[in-house]
Amino acid sequence: MANRNVPGGIVLSCLSKSYGNLRAVRSVDLMIAPGETVALLGHNGAGKTTTIDMMLGLTRPDDGSISIFGASPAAAVRSGWVGGMLQTGSPLEYLKVREVVALTGSYYPNPLPTDEVLRLTGADEFADQLTTKLSSGQSQRVRFAAALVGDPDLLVLDEPTAAIDVEGRRDFWQVTRATAERGKTVLFATHYLEEADAYADRIVLMARGRIVADGPATEIKARATSRVIRATMPDADLASLRGLPGVVSAERHGGTVVLSCSDADSALYALLGSYRRVRDIEVGGGSLEDAFLELTAEDDRGEAIAEEATI
Amino acid sequence: MSSAMHYRYEILRTLRNWRFFAITLALPLVIFYAIASANRHAHTDGIAFPLYFMTAMAAYGAMFASVSPGGRIAADRARGWTRQLRITPLRAHTYVISKVLSTYLMALPALALLFLAGVTLGVRLEATHWLAMAGLLVIGLAPFVEMGLIAGNLAPVDSIPPIVGGIVVLFALLGGVFGQIFNGGTMLTIVKVLPSYWLVQAGKAAHGGGNWPLEGWIVVAAWAVALVPFAVFAFRRSSSRA
Repeated sequence: MANRNVPGGIVLSCLSKSYGNLRAVRSVDLMIAPGETVALLGHNGAGKTTTIDMMLGLTRPDDGSISIFGASPAAAVRSGWVGGMLQTGSPLEYLKVREVVALTGSYYPNPLPTDEVLRLTGADEFADQLTTKLSSGQSQRVRFAAALVGDPDLLVLDEPTAAIDVEGRRDFWQVTRATAERGKTVLFATHYLEEADAYADRIVLMARGRIVADGPATEIKARATSRVIRATMPDADLASLRGLPGVVSAERHGGTVVLSCSDADSALYALLGSYRRVRDIEVGGGSLEDAFLELTAEDDRGEAIAEEATI
Repeated sequence: MSSAMHYRYEILRTLRNWRFFAITLALPLVIFYAIASANRHAHTDGIAFPLYFMTAMAAYGAMFASVSPGGRIAADRARGWTRQLRITPLRAHTYVISKVLSTYLMALPALALLFLAGVTLGVRLEATHWLAMAGLLVIGLAPFVEMGLIAGNLAPVDSIPPIVGGIVVLFALLGGVFGQIFNGGTMLTIVKVLPSYWLVQAGKAAHGGGNWPLEGWIVVAAWAVALVPFAVFAFRRSSSRA
């Protein structure tokens, strides 16, 4: 346990993994400082689970390296520094909930008291039930309890709230936040931007196996919640449109120009001030989903260009 | 961090799965009584049929009890908990030892009940011979315990029943559980390299004073050692995603 507080925390470098022709993770570089809470955000198939599986030592990378508090994933797991909640899995059969949690705790050098963990996760209400009798939400609470009970320095949660109802989610995040406040490092995967924004210090956005954005939650959210102006202006020059205040990017689709804006109001005033022949103006809804698609689409375009170049 | 609780709970889980336990114990008993009670005065291979068949059925029951826990391993895997265990500090060898322990926990009562059944049909042996026979059976089971571990870690849960059934029936038949099917020649030589042959021979050995010939020890040891790397490979493979 001597290495736990060395600077650097968790370091992934040039991490890659392919399954046949599918390049699940491509050259990912990521550093997480001790005590940070980081959300790994992305659609299904973005590479989140593969990245997490490699960090937990469940999957061997094709290329690149991983350091967890200065140790390899396998060594970190063996030392009890890591607790994880995988996307799938049901607690062991023929045991009661309390027994599963206590048993998991017994593998770790300094476990939390079983009763405390059961209470924190709300699993105390059904602690004496056999695991085969649980609902999926209850089962998820037990898995969360199993991830927490070892009091790990790194808590990894892969889409942890998938089977939990809204009320349960609130409790869940409250416990996760309390864990982070005790100085633990938390990494969770999600495909909900709201969840990432609400509970992480930092968002790492993945698409098609790559990290496409990485920054403080507020910044990623600001980028992701930009508004879009669409207008018909056949003769406008994209470069000068990009120079307008509040405009992040400009694109042309036939006669229509699409401006992504960080500040749509300023952009609109400037647009009307400098161009006379603008028609059919629409200021579009920066829905989180659209913005999310846009951020990930940027990468897809780069990809297409790169692939064309290699042909 | 201690392994004691893991072993304790593994045994608890085995006992709580009482249907599995009951069927594993009952099946060989039923076969034994069905066949041996009708032939209680006959002789096979120079020994009284009840003794012969008691050992044969003990071998069969214990083989069955040793290989079939593979199904429980496959079920743990199917539930995804084996992967969960892999991300805790639990050591692989603790996991494997716990499975071996719980497997013997099934096999030993199977042996004891068959011995008891033998006594009810007139089998009488000296105490040391009983012990020698039990000892040989326990040792001779090792390859079958490993086969259960291998099958449980490699095969999908829904194909476990035919695999377990196939292994047990094939080894039992060739090993002479249902009577020696070869009385000499090349086939007998071949059959003698099977660990199940020596399980059945444990009864004969006990009757004659309590040991296998060197050949038996070599065969059983060779199987036990040769299967270890497969068991380790199977365990490693089972917990990693392709």
